[in-house]
Amino acid sequence: MTDIQLGMPQLPAPDYPAEVRERLAADAVEVIARYPDSRSALLPLLHLIQSQEGYVSRTGIRFCADVLGLTTAEVTAVATFYTMYRRKPSGDYQVGVCTNTLCAVMGGDAIFDELKEHLGVGNNETTPDGKVTLEHIECNAACDFAPVVMVNWEFFDNQTPESAKAMVDDLLAGRPVEPTRGAPLCTYKETARILAGFPDEREGAVEATGGAGHASLIGLRIARGETPHTSIVHPRGETTTQGGE
Amino acid sequence: MTVSTPKESRGDTSPPEAGGSGSPEKLLSPVLSAFWDDPQSWTLATYRRHEGYEGLRKALAMTPDDLIAYVKDSGLRGRGGAGFPTGMKWQFIPQGDGKPHYLVVNADESEPGTCKDIPLLFANPHSLIEGMIIACYAIRSAHAFIYLRGEVVPVLRRLHEAVREAYEAGYLGKDILGSGLDLDITVHAGAGAYICGEETALLDSLEGRRGQPRLRPPFPAVEGLYACPTVVNNVESIASVPAILNNGKDWFKAMGTEKSPGFTLYSLSGHVRGPGQYEAPLGITLRQLLDMSGGMRPGHRLKFWTPGGSSTPMFTDEHLDVPLDYEGVGAAGSMLGTKALQCFDETTCVVRAVTRWTEFYAHESCGKCTPCREGTYWLVQLLRDIETGKGVMSDLDKLNDIADNINGKSFCALGDGAASPIFSSLKYFREEYEQHITGKGCPFDPKKSTLWADTEVNA
Repeated sequence: MTDIQLGMPQLPAPDYPAEVRERLAADAVEVIARYPDSRSALLPLLHLIQSQEGYVSRTGIRFCADVLGLTTAEVTAVATFYTMYRRKPSGDYQVGVCTNTLCAVMGGDAIFDELKEHLGVGNNETTPDGKVTLEHIECNAACDFAPVVMVNWEFFDNQTPESAKAMVDDLLAGRPVEPTRGAPLCTYKETARILAGFPDEREGAVEATGGAGHASLIGLRIARGETPHTSIVHPRGETTTQGGE
Repeated sequence: MTVSTPKESRGDTSPPEAGGSGSPEKLLSPVLSAFWDDPQSWTLATYRRHEGYEGLRKALAMTPDDLIAYVKDSGLRGRGGAGFPTGMKWQFIPQGDGKPHYLVVNADESEPGTCKDIPLLFANPHSLIEGMIIACYAIRSAHAFIYLRGEVVPVLRRLHEAVREAYEAGYLGKDILGSGLDLDITVHAGAGAYICGEETALLDSLEGRRGQPRLRPPFPAVEGLYACPTVVNNVESIASVPAILNNGKDWFKAMGTEKSPGFTLYSLSGHVRGPGQYEAPLGITLRQLLDMSGGMRPGHRLKFWTPGGSSTPMFTDEHLDVPLDYEGVGAAGSMLGTKALQCFDETTCVVRAVTRWTEFYAHESCGKCTPCREGTYWLVQLLRDIETGKGVMSDLDKLNDIADNINGKSFCALGDGAASPIFSSLKYFREEYEQHITGKGCPFDPKKSTLWADTEVNA
């Protein structure tokens, strides 16, 4: 017999402790006020409840339904559509390796395989200490920095299996980790609060890692004549004699 | 006619090793990216030092209708992929209808290969904010939204900060710069769904629903967000507006080609020596971009590339001289798309690349329409078999058949996008598919394609 898990929350969901509910309710008022129609607040509110428990729990679903006047079925339908909403308790650090074509070819597949072996977990699984959840992700709009790894949705550019393993070792050991582009890592729950629309209040978070990444600047530097173009290797190698058409 | 340097060089048929005509300095035109290397490039202070919010002052001196006509005259076309004239989109908004109007910026950049809006927003978010204020004045909107994909928290931070700074400086809020214009901007983080880059799916998502596309008509210009008239524009389209206002439409039209005027961001990635962002007049060629940036990685040659992300039919080294504007790429059988130039060299297996893209489309299919939902599923089954040597020759025609049943028959354009890599790879690399079938496996070594492959060999 195969037990088919639909992933539906068991009802009735328990409520949050009173003080948690009060705090989240105050946040929810602020989120809802940003929109002409309250239902638009559902995606940020689902991020908000992830900032409480690290995933979308049945309690969180009930909370969203209550504050927006929706049914829990309506909220569940939305929560299960989007990949950033976790369906089960997961790690403090979500490590996502891009394995869409370009990153995969450039080394993303190798990085993902080595991380699975190194951490002893599979896709969308968490280390026993609850620190790191590993997953493969789709294109994250950083192809000029391939291969890319995202941790709690901060950019780790131009990764190798070695650099990625060293990075997760730091996470497991509790050492501070800084991305190539973005702010020093905070926990998944803290990241979820930023996603709910509450600005990161940490000193230096906005300016961390400077203006633009190195690849973003290459055209500008060439346009200024800053990069010498003496090292041109023609893309067509030995077939260059064909010339233009 | 136009007078830009790429235009001259396009007629140049001299051998490519001559380095093309015109120096790189003349081929490129950094506008949006002009001060990205400033250590504090994202701040209001830096933006103002580079004539930030001057375009807004000029826009507010016009009537909204004149402003729409001005943007239309500039010839600016949408940078999100379709190339629809931006001013015309604004003009479609019915005026005097008594309903609220909305501007929604599509910052859901998720098309594989596309990586222009995210660095733009990270380094220069105020260009978007200023463009939004101008657009809202034109279409008479008092509330605008930035729908940013959720997976880019560093960009979200800077958007939060840029909006805060803009409120503090009086560029947002009530009676902006004494013009009588009121405007609020809401930054909205998505939650991971490629489909939300489709404008009607984005609107459903912004309304707090599953992101599934809507039937059109009614078009968003008539019934968009909350069934009110809505303009949905790409980040780069809106961010380009302030410079057009500040420097003039003639300045803008002097760049690019007659039907594709202006500057734009080209994103070079893959097996190239200089991956990154190149802002240039429309109509530059991949050969020119590669020549100025060092070409492919040493010892390798270009095999295939996408002009505008994985949904645009792939090109080969035969297409190095195709002008990268809407007409040029279209005439060569593909689409300019998002100008995401993903370059793969001869170490890359086409079947592997297409299989992975197709897995992406299958994963991201929203499930609303049968051709895309079922078609992408079966494409993946066939491709995985072929890649691992379990395919048969008739599978190739079957791939074509299934792709044909998605293309033009799916509910939204993202289904058509799933068919593109299938059609184009079979067109240019059918032999490579056949090799996988007759040789019962993949003839390529994936290790040779990695970023570190050649350094290991040389070490």
